[in-house]
Amino acid sequence: MQNQPKLASQTGTKTRRSSHTTQEWLDELLLIAPASILLFTFLILPFFMAGYLSFTDERLVPRPIPTEFVGLQNYIAVMKDPEFWQAFRNTAWFALLVVPFQCAISLACALLLNSELPFRSLFRSVSLLPLVTPMTVIAVIWAALYRIPDGFMNNILHLFGMEGYIDWLGDSKFAMPAIVLLSAWATFPFQMLIFLAGLQDIPMERYEAAKIDGAGPWQMFRYVTLPGLRNTNIFILIITTLQAFKLFTQVDILTHGGPLGSTNTLVRYMVQEGYTAQQVGYASAVAVVFVILVGAFAILQRVLLKNE
Amino acid sequence: MNDKAILKPKTARVRLPFNVHKALRTFAAVVVLLCVLIPLSMMVTVSLNPSEENILINMGTIHAFIPQVVSLQNYKEVLQDPYQPFLRYLFNTLLVVFCTVGTGIFINSAAAFALAWGNGGYRKIYLMIIIAVFVIPGEALTIPLLLVVSKLGWIDSYQVQIVPFIASTFSIFLFYQFFSKLPQEIIEAARMDGARLFQIYFRIAFPLSTPVIATVSILGFLDAWNSYLWPLMVTRGTEFRPLGVAMAAFFGTQQAYWGNIMAFAVLMTLPIIIVFLVFQKYFVASVVGSGVKG
Repeated sequence: MQNQPKLASQTGTKTRRSSHTTQEWLDELLLIAPASILLFTFLILPFFMAGYLSFTDERLVPRPIPTEFVGLQNYIAVMKDPEFWQAFRNTAWFALLVVPFQCAISLACALLLNSELPFRSLFRSVSLLPLVTPMTVIAVIWAALYRIPDGFMNNILHLFGMEGYIDWLGDSKFAMPAIVLLSAWATFPFQMLIFLAGLQDIPMERYEAAKIDGAGPWQMFRYVTLPGLRNTNIFILIITTLQAFKLFTQVDILTHGGPLGSTNTLVRYMVQEGYTAQQVGYASAVAVVFVILVGAFAILQRVLLKNE
Repeated sequence: MNDKAILKPKTARVRLPFNVHKALRTFAAVVVLLCVLIPLSMMVTVSLNPSEENILINMGTIHAFIPQVVSLQNYKEVLQDPYQPFLRYLFNTLLVVFCTVGTGIFINSAAAFALAWGNGGYRKIYLMIIIAVFVIPGEALTIPLLLVVSKLGWIDSYQVQIVPFIASTFSIFLFYQFFSKLPQEIIEAARMDGARLFQIYFRIAFPLSTPVIATVSILGFLDAWNSYLWPLMVTRGTEFRPLGVAMAAFFGTQQAYWGNIMAFAVLMTLPIIIVFLVFQKYFVASVVGSGVKG
């Protein structure tokens, strides 16, 4: 977490030779140029293009009419579009559901992994499997689990005495929770590993001291583990929320944003407008709003972590 | 990040009477394992069942997770399907990942080395930009990027899936962290011996950076297998289509059977599971390393 990067060649003593030959400058240029050209073309340029295009009526396919500057029209149109707000609400709702749910599961699994288990290494290997399974495959598997009327998820509920069935992906009340469940399943191992690294950074002495003070397991967790994980917690909350903002693949495959737009997300809305409807200018305005949202979150992370 | 430490338990040995806690923990672990394994074993079980009728009957029962029949019929059908050339998709994905990661390793590490040991005054600013750019979600730039590649005439090709992703601020940063920790004495000694900057990079620094190369390659491999949004927009037919998009397209076709869909899913997942099992130690370290950036 350093905000002033130290350059290796500037550290240590100042006995550096100051006579740099043309040869050395050429070498340095040779080393830095390829990455710089690529980064400029495919990252920096699109970034500024998004900003510029959001004020124009640019289309994906060139038209005979030249592109016009339309001022804030796109932004006004975005703000007026109920579909945008629905996508925004859905994305926020998804984040609100998935973040606490997934973090709780990840922390519980990390605590398990960090304790004595009879089959620890097996547990670790198996619990990491969802992380390496491609998201497209996961979506397909869960489509089968959510099948109506007698898929696995419905049959589990039948065991508990439910009548009828839940149309998991076809009912606008249940579609988003269904997406939340599979998303948590798909990515919880990532947070689990980061929690685990955080747990192992807590000095053993603290646990030993707590033990001498007669702390039970719950008190250990409450007064040693949780405070020790403070930074990890903040980091994971932020990173999980940022992940949640980018929701696209699962929704696109399973529900196509439906039913009735109840699972449409910001990224999907942007793709819809920019790619399917070819309104590049309009979609760029959505992209700018999206970047500002994510940026605000990242700055929040900086501020929270700097207080350490 | 010392990956060995992660693999070893560090427990506060709180001994409790009758080990109630250990029993509870074991029970919890079994529940987690079941939750993870049920969906995966269903994929495998369904893929091994040649009878679609039978699959549909068993889908919500215990037989959906424990194979009763083992037949490779579905696999044969998937691999021989003229409309869904699985091997072509696999080749496309492997080619993309190989080119992206292969060139990326050199280009990103070279830039990182210049940033760590070059002489220019631009380096501080450059690093600041690199770290600032982490914040931009790639998804947000897809629309303008789409405009860039269509102006280049790259739609529906291999390079459209490779070139924009070769340079990565994240891997430059990882390499930079590694190179900047190299002892100054090594670099200075090489300079004294008359080695040029490029030679120091290529002969000394690059060969030393294998842990970073492993991390970047693993993450690149995972990214390629998970990529969906970008190839969905920039590939048209089956010719350049990668696995992720192919899986979704296959799932979306009306006449596809569950047995074949799951066989496709298993075939797509198998390579990455194998890679994971072989490089598990590096994998854990790279995920943790990737998480602790910023």
